[in-house]
Amino acid sequence: MKLESALRPPAGGPGPGGAGRSPEEPEPSAEKRFLRHGMMPHMLCPGCGHGIVFEAMLRALAGRYESLDEVAFVAGIGCSSRVVGYVDACTLHTTHGRPLTFATGLKLARPELTVVVVTGDGDGLSIGGNHLIHAARRNVDLTCVLFNNEIYGMTGGQLAPTTITGAYTSTSPAGNAESPFDAARLVEAAGATFVARAQSYRPRDFEELFLRALDHKGFSFVEVMTDCTEYFGRTNRLGNGADLLFSQARMEPEIDADLAGRPTLKQLAAKPVRPVLEMGVLHESNRGTLEEAMHLLGARS
Amino acid sequence: MSERQLIQGNEACARGALAAGCSFFAGYPISPSSEIAEQLARELPGRGAVFIQMEDEIASMGAVLGASLGGRRAMTATSGPGFTLMQEHLGYASLAEIPCVVIDVMRGGPSTGLPTSPAQGDVMQARWGSHGDRATIALAPGSVQEVYSLTIEAFRLAEALRTPVVVLYDEVIGHMREGVELHRPTKRQLGRRSGPKAAFSPDFLPYAPDENGVAMVPDFGCGYRFHVTGLMHDERGYPTSDHHKVAQLLERLERKVEPAVAAVSPERYRLEDANVVLVAYGIVARTARAAVDLLREEGVRAGLFRTRLLWPIPDAALSALCRSADLVVVAEMNRGQWSLEVERLAGGSSLLAPYLKAGGSVITAAELAEHVRQSMREAVAAP
Repeated sequence: MKLESALRPPAGGPGPGGAGRSPEEPEPSAEKRFLRHGMMPHMLCPGCGHGIVFEAMLRALAGRYESLDEVAFVAGIGCSSRVVGYVDACTLHTTHGRPLTFATGLKLARPELTVVVVTGDGDGLSIGGNHLIHAARRNVDLTCVLFNNEIYGMTGGQLAPTTITGAYTSTSPAGNAESPFDAARLVEAAGATFVARAQSYRPRDFEELFLRALDHKGFSFVEVMTDCTEYFGRTNRLGNGADLLFSQARMEPEIDADLAGRPTLKQLAAKPVRPVLEMGVLHESNRGTLEEAMHLLGARS
Repeated sequence: MSERQLIQGNEACARGALAAGCSFFAGYPISPSSEIAEQLARELPGRGAVFIQMEDEIASMGAVLGASLGGRRAMTATSGPGFTLMQEHLGYASLAEIPCVVIDVMRGGPSTGLPTSPAQGDVMQARWGSHGDRATIALAPGSVQEVYSLTIEAFRLAEALRTPVVVLYDEVIGHMREGVELHRPTKRQLGRRSGPKAAFSPDFLPYAPDENGVAMVPDFGCGYRFHVTGLMHDERGYPTSDHHKVAQLLERLERKVEPAVAAVSPERYRLEDANVVLVAYGIVARTARAAVDLLREEGVRAGLFRTRLLWPIPDAALSALCRSADLVVVAEMNRGQWSLEVERLAGGSSLLAPYLKAGGSVITAAELAEHVRQSMREAVAAP
């Protein structure tokens, strides 16, 4: 994959996750069909990767559902968790770290609902880490999307359990001394039956993986790497939103080679750089869901 | 229709929950409440009802709230340390107006404390344990029979007023066995959840109050699309920091629990002519009753005000009681929690001599009667 093709939508024909749509004939306002307009303006910063991922979610939902009456979105606390309020569905903005506990109760109470959990790396892996591994172990039929921007954005850029070693944050002024979690591998080890990873610079790939996660029966988990420009980018002098997207692109060796001569990224080489992360579906298996084991399907009292 | 059985307090709680239509329990093991979970683990599965043991008490309360939003009558049961972990979600349930029932079988604290000894140390935790100003309802059964009937009442209040309702009783009541009339609750005793009165439309207001000041929030998955949040919100359910709207919301949430005072009345024992008034709840009310009888035999005009409702505090009844009495003795198994509230309500109108005992054993009738005699002697000797 060359840089040019990575950064531009594919010109006709199905690209990675493109679902056959051509850029010349975009679905008119597909992304806006399920947007809760009363909640606008949104609170995401300019350049934030969350908006790209959220738009891809809306696009995927618009292609899949006529209405979201039977879809619930459950989120915790943080920048990523805020986006559920912008979806015109049953939306539940819970407490910090606990969306999976609410979602587990909701799904078992009403198994016919599609339940999507939106969480962040602080919400899902730090304060809510215990709930994440137990939700994966139970294999409740939930789809969990974890926006990983490697930092606490909403509270002002503090260290997260996903912050790469050496990176600067407001609570690691001398550089992060700790090692980050590999969220996807953690969740796979805990028993999730669908685990995938995407990144905000390839929203079409995320869209496809999100739809596959929705289709999967059991606990599905999509980690999506996004960028916090305001805190992670600024504190580590990594540039603006576009520069951070370039840094994601560098995970792909060919693009990295292409980018080697780019002056804007020379700085980056001297700074902590993310390890190369494997993208796509990382694990897929099948075992009974908790709802099945509890004989809850079609058994509403 | 009813049957009479010799059962334990915790079993009576589980039976009351089932009679009240509870179809979702999430909990985490903790002494001395575990029998409730164990009983419901046997009884709930099948017929679409759910029992789930969660990874901790925080998760238990989260699951209860999620299930309640899914339309279930949902509950959890715990003891002091677990109740502490549930506080954030209790606050969430209050603000987001999600019905739920929380049973707290009190043990000695603080910390791990006395896991299998009785105490009444969670009275103020039930009131103020979660941050912010929060109205709350807490019931205090004084017998195994009342554990059964007040668990049913807890569900009625929770559903009708869309708020968490806490049932506080101690280890002795939880583990004691008594004959219980397992009456089938009537429709009125079961009550129903406040919900929307109109079909969904784009300008639908899930947090608009009904005539009782209770938000008309629908269940998820019933054709309504709306937002639920722990942020301060307007009637649309959307976050707001409008000071006026926030103040109105907090006032409404406080007012809406007031019907609990009329619904859960106190027991007045030999109070007609009493000038010495004992005030107690839970297990202590039983020995206080015996103390009243002892004192009456000695010619002391003693009586007992036994409350079944701790929060909201029955302030009018207590104020009137304190005005008419010469001596008021609040007896409780803590270092003075409800007694401070009674002192506030008395406003200096009568002599107060609380009897407080926190150490893991129940207050006996003899020691309480002796405390009353001593207090009377001191009152007479005082200049």
